[in-house]
Amino acid sequence: MATIPIGTSPTIAISRVARRSLGILRGAPVVPVLLLGLLALVAVLAPVIAPHGKLDPVKPTREQCLAKYGAADCPYIENVPPFWSHGGKFNTPLGTDYLGRDVLSRLMYGARISLVVALTGTLVAGAIGTLLGVLAGYMGVWWDQIIMRVTDAWLTLPSLVFAILLSSVRGPGLWNVVLILALVFWSRYSRAVRGEVLGIRERDFVKLAEINGIGKLRIIRRHLVPNVMNTVMVLFSLQVGVAVIIEASLSFLGVGVPPPEPSWGLMMAQGRESLMEGKWWLAVFPGLCITMLVLSVNMLGDWLRVRLDPHLRNR
Amino acid sequence: MRKYVLVRALYSVVTLWLLVTIIFGLVRLTGDPVGMKAEAGADAAYVAQLKQNWGLDRSLPRQYLSFIGNLLRGDFGHSFEKSLPVRDIYFERLPNSLKLGFAAFVISIVLGVPLGMLSALKMHSWWDNAGKLIALLGLSMPGFFVGLVLIIVFGIELGWLPVLGKGRSAFVASEPATWVTFWFRDWGHLAMPAFALGWYFSGAMLRITRSGMLDVLGSDYIKLVRLKGVPERMVIAKHALKNSMIPILTFAGLNLLIMVNVAIVIEVIFNWPGVGQLLYDGLSNRDFPMVQGVVLMSGLMIVVLNFTIDVLYGYVDPRIRLSR
Repeated sequence: MATIPIGTSPTIAISRVARRSLGILRGAPVVPVLLLGLLALVAVLAPVIAPHGKLDPVKPTREQCLAKYGAADCPYIENVPPFWSHGGKFNTPLGTDYLGRDVLSRLMYGARISLVVALTGTLVAGAIGTLLGVLAGYMGVWWDQIIMRVTDAWLTLPSLVFAILLSSVRGPGLWNVVLILALVFWSRYSRAVRGEVLGIRERDFVKLAEINGIGKLRIIRRHLVPNVMNTVMVLFSLQVGVAVIIEASLSFLGVGVPPPEPSWGLMMAQGRESLMEGKWWLAVFPGLCITMLVLSVNMLGDWLRVRLDPHLRNR
Repeated sequence: MRKYVLVRALYSVVTLWLLVTIIFGLVRLTGDPVGMKAEAGADAAYVAQLKQNWGLDRSLPRQYLSFIGNLLRGDFGHSFEKSLPVRDIYFERLPNSLKLGFAAFVISIVLGVPLGMLSALKMHSWWDNAGKLIALLGLSMPGFFVGLVLIIVFGIELGWLPVLGKGRSAFVASEPATWVTFWFRDWGHLAMPAFALGWYFSGAMLRITRSGMLDVLGSDYIKLVRLKGVPERMVIAKHALKNSMIPILTFAGLNLLIMVNVAIVIEVIFNWPGVGQLLYDGLSNRDFPMVQGVVLMSGLMIVVLNFTIDVLYGYVDPRIRLSR
């Protein structure tokens, strides 16, 4: 067995994969990395840095109450504009919504929802899809035919339509959205990974391992999975953006993350109600947040794609 | 050629059957169609009645057989809300979705293709960078956000365009006069939703055009034409453009159908009465047969289109029909 370096333990293999994935970030474009880092930081620290709670209305000052109701005390003031327009207050910099809740704080908590839902959903989808793709590509004709026909059928439906069908029987809920994203997106991975495996399994190191009598499972774990990781990571980075948009769309339609949680899509749907009264900020700020997140994820994904696929270098 | 078409048709039928089976299975595995109509804690007799109405009290294999049987007869079930066949409601709405889809399709091509060409021809130039930025923005700004911004700017602040509905023109199957006029009226209503929908796809068109054009420009036959001393203008106009159009048009055709089917949020925002809004109405009225019917129709459309594209490709390019 000494002739072929296959004897390392799985923990070392995993740490090597982890090290490689971090090393990949070297030379990444600054803007999207900073933006994503900022969003992640805001999401993690939301309870600490958010000026107000995500669910409670902001308690107005005595002057505000007097100005609006002529009384010294009132529960909340709804639809306060952002600080730079007339009537705006610095303690609610981006204004308040129809229940008097602070928009900025809700956007900060919303970053948690978007990131958690999109990342977990895509991660689960990636794990399922990678496994099935490797099995389809390596385990023989029958596995291949069955898995790939199902994958093809699965890919037929546009992802949003598929997601809406599933959400119609699951109902709203944060983890329901994660489940739906996983169920919808795995097929994107299995298709790509299977193609990759078909190439790798003809390479010498796999052939030599087979001749040495290494079991199929071990070959999959030691040789195939690590070698398709590049493809999986590129796909992952490109899918996260789509997942963010799907989550926002579902929440916008009322079947995603349920109120009163501050999902950005839901906030847009609520803001749309008061659009006609000229209260544009309620819908625009969450939209800008979604765009910022998806934009930075996509920029990072594009860069990763070019970096990991030498054919695209000079494109 | 005949054998190729037959094999492709068989694949399509298998795909369609699998898709229908997946939908049937997933709906029953991940949730409960009755749960959508009856809240938790609803009267047991009511739930039992619902189950009986939808045939959900029978064994799974029997449900499956009758599901497939109904689909083969073109029966997509009855809408719960409107007590009409889902199929009839669907086809009444479809022209509106097609109108929106076509308009968005034209916008995505007008925006995406010329810029994509320019980006490819002047690679790494100012044009190319602008193209990259537009493509990136197109793919990153959700269409419904673009739609809301358009409403705020052109609908509310400037007051130039109507923000809701499709206008008064309607496609009525029994009145042939409306078959033509429908498409050419009320473009004011169409402008914003079409742009919001086409926006996302123009980014994708730009990328496909750019990379398709780069592929062709790097190919051997273009090198040969250049070696022969044909002027660069002719190389591009006569050889490169023509050859790069095939994949671009295929992609655009597929996009058209996808646009017809995924305009859901945009149709909701602009109150555009297409099939996407039907899906949304089905969701909010807890009308499961409606939701399932619309989803099945969009699956059917796309399978049929994929088959058509495969056949056309096989017809145009002998390499494809011989390799399979």
